[in-house]
Amino acid sequence: MANVGQTEARPARPAADRVVLPRWLRAAGQTHGAVIALLLLVLFNAIFTTNYLAWSTLRVNLDQVATIVIVGIGMTLVIATGGIDLSVGALMAIAGSLAPLIFDSDWGPLDRPWVGIPLAIVLPILLTGFLGLFNGFLVTYFRIQPIIATLVLYLGGRGIAKALSDGILLDFNNPSFEYLGKGRPLGIPVQVILMAILLLIAAWMMRSTVFGRYILATGGNEPAARLAGVPVSRVKLAVYAISGLLAGLAGLIWAARISAADPYRAGEFMELDAIAAAAVGGTALTGGRATIIGTLLGAVIIQQVRFTLISHNVSDGTTRIVIAAAIILAVLIQRQREQ
Amino acid sequence: MTDGERDLLLRMDGICKSFPGVVALDNAWLRVGRGEVHCLVGQNGAGKSTLMKILNGAYRKDRGTITFDGREVDFHKPHEAQEAGISTIYQEINLVPYRSVAENIFMGREPRRFGLINWPRMNREASQVLSRLGIQIDVRQPLMKLNVALQQMVAIARAVSFQAKLVIMDEPTSSLAEHEVATLFEVIRGLKAQGVSVIYISHRLDELHQIGDRITIMRDGQTIEERPLSEISKLEIVAKMLGRELDVVQQAGATGFRKRAAHTDGEPLLEVKHLRRGRVLQDASVSARPGEIVGLAGLLGSGRTEVARAIFGADPVDDGEIRINGQRARFRSPADAIRAGIGFCTEDRKSEGIIPYLSVRENLTLAALPTLARNGIVDRARQREIVDRYVRLLGIKAASAEQKIRELSGGNQQKVLLARWLCLNPKLLLLDEPTRGIDVGAKAEIQKLIDDLADAGLGVLMISSEIEELLEGSDRITVMRDGKTVAEFERDEIDQRALLTAMAHGASAEQAEA
Repeated sequence: MANVGQTEARPARPAADRVVLPRWLRAAGQTHGAVIALLLLVLFNAIFTTNYLAWSTLRVNLDQVATIVIVGIGMTLVIATGGIDLSVGALMAIAGSLAPLIFDSDWGPLDRPWVGIPLAIVLPILLTGFLGLFNGFLVTYFRIQPIIATLVLYLGGRGIAKALSDGILLDFNNPSFEYLGKGRPLGIPVQVILMAILLLIAAWMMRSTVFGRYILATGGNEPAARLAGVPVSRVKLAVYAISGLLAGLAGLIWAARISAADPYRAGEFMELDAIAAAAVGGTALTGGRATIIGTLLGAVIIQQVRFTLISHNVSDGTTRIVIAAAIILAVLIQRQREQ
Repeated sequence: MTDGERDLLLRMDGICKSFPGVVALDNAWLRVGRGEVHCLVGQNGAGKSTLMKILNGAYRKDRGTITFDGREVDFHKPHEAQEAGISTIYQEINLVPYRSVAENIFMGREPRRFGLINWPRMNREASQVLSRLGIQIDVRQPLMKLNVALQQMVAIARAVSFQAKLVIMDEPTSSLAEHEVATLFEVIRGLKAQGVSVIYISHRLDELHQIGDRITIMRDGQTIEERPLSEISKLEIVAKMLGRELDVVQQAGATGFRKRAAHTDGEPLLEVKHLRRGRVLQDASVSARPGEIVGLAGLLGSGRTEVARAIFGADPVDDGEIRINGQRARFRSPADAIRAGIGFCTEDRKSEGIIPYLSVRENLTLAALPTLARNGIVDRARQREIVDRYVRLLGIKAASAEQKIRELSGGNQQKVLLARWLCLNPKLLLLDEPTRGIDVGAKAEIQKLIDDLADAGLGVLMISSEIEELLEGSDRITVMRDGKTVAEFERDEIDQRALLTAMAHGASAEQAEA
């Protein structure tokens, strides 16, 4: 399975009876199923969808995929340790609901925009990061299975968001904050830039840092990793915290884009989109094998399937069925390649 | 079975099988008579496992014919082989630990009544199957409550209950202690008396003559030799497996250890006194000086592994003390022990050693990563330098340092795991069954390496189930039984009989089976 986190150069040694491809080509080849699927989707749309190749269409597509990818990065790290994080959608709602309480507050220094806006970004992210740490705490110290541990905030998190916003959809009008979801420096959406930066950092981290290697060792064989001195509990705490931080950021982007705090709809089904992106991209749900770039590919594919169907007026129900079928197909293809 | 024309149950001829880039089997053949215990030996990679997987339907052959019980067969799925009467018992026991003994025996074909499982009948029949093997246990208890030996018996009972005509046993004794092996042999003789044939794969050469009728030796994907065991010596078997001249093997001795000068002087590097932890450790004491190889002997469940885990900080300790260089040590995690200069090669490579999907390079440097990094970023150049050095030093055979470790043979995996510790320049090495389940050649190399390490001043605590390894390799042997240290011998004052007596005394057969 592709491990784009491991793309260091290595000399290709020709074997006696087969041609050894250069490593970059093999890495691409390992995800080729996903790449081909994406190319087919693009080709189909280029021919049959009006205005598909327009810059504005591309921007809309990137716009929509950015939050999935940002959450998907954290999800990929968690899955790489052999865990899963169901709480990300609820954490997005919490971050989105907390932010307007801060920048709309008349209390003391918060009233000043240069204090209120940065705090409205930093504090919600810190809070969701802290809640991610709580997930990690349940998983490591209480040894609760990740799916159950994160189910706690999946269910409870939206309750917190509703309490924060008094259970109503809260519209706001704050151009400075909304820049996070609507800003277009150099014509590129802010969240796309954030996504790109986070992707680069995460891919580099997986490849080159001790922490990145510890993540894969923990997911690959936890008892062995512990006996080799890997601080597995700290590694797990860290990935859940990172997943929480990234979910918080995605929640702020989501709120900024629609100019509202919506405790019900913000980040709805995001956990499933993020897991699907990772799975389609080639990250093994059993842990130990993960690819950040694959998650990007996976997210783009799922988004493109959705876009294609919607722009051809296929009903929402059918769209979901098609996406489900695409996920099964992608996972089956990867299974084949593994054997 | 007659001398000239045997009554053959199984005949495999001209079997060929290739995997991408490797020829695993090249015209291999195998003939097994009815009611015969047929030993199958060869180094790792000789093709034994591939041949067995083709026989039981796990792999498809490229060429060749298989005749079983009078008709030509070609199994596409393991259950087809099972229905035809071929059962396989794997090295790692393939059972479900949380389910009951009876459920494990009848899994997939539980007796039913009105569409529901007929529990009374299933339990009754499970008890019958087991008692035919001479085993009396409560079949309703979960499998995980049994020791490894008994779990193995359950696996055999499952195989037998399929009306097997041929039972394949892949390394059945690798996790059994000596007296448990005796029980297993009783069971095998019982099978034989019922006319069942057994293919017996083992790395323990001592066992072959005890249990086998005939032997097939494989090397490099080919069948080298087939003979009655009464006509071939242990030495000849080793020579055929290795493809070496007999006299060279004779000179080499039974293990790769040489007679080193004993290190009886010097301050103790490791002192463990009166260690206690729950029921598994009741009063364990052991020590080692720099340059000394201390053998830790004991039956399965004697607490040998638990002592090593306690020293390494992998398990908490209730009471007792551990000193390193005279300093009281209290490691809260393996990471602490590693920083103090201790390395621990675990007994079970697969579940506690390798990270299967990571490369040789990453597995080798996993413990050393903190020392290879600056600000958390791995220094790739230094990492590669270290990997290259140890791959060369230990003769690790891999396509490249980037090959996934799970694709390596057992012996090479073990070398990578040893290198994982050696590259940290440890003071003390804890080795739990360092040569278990690896081929004879690699075994001797690793034993030689352990000698060299001790000569270089390392303290080594070597846990082993192999008497020869303990007797030839250790400067001193500490014997454990039921979580307690019961005896200690200097090298000059020990022989096999004394060692076995110390290990076995008091641990009755009923206790081990209960």
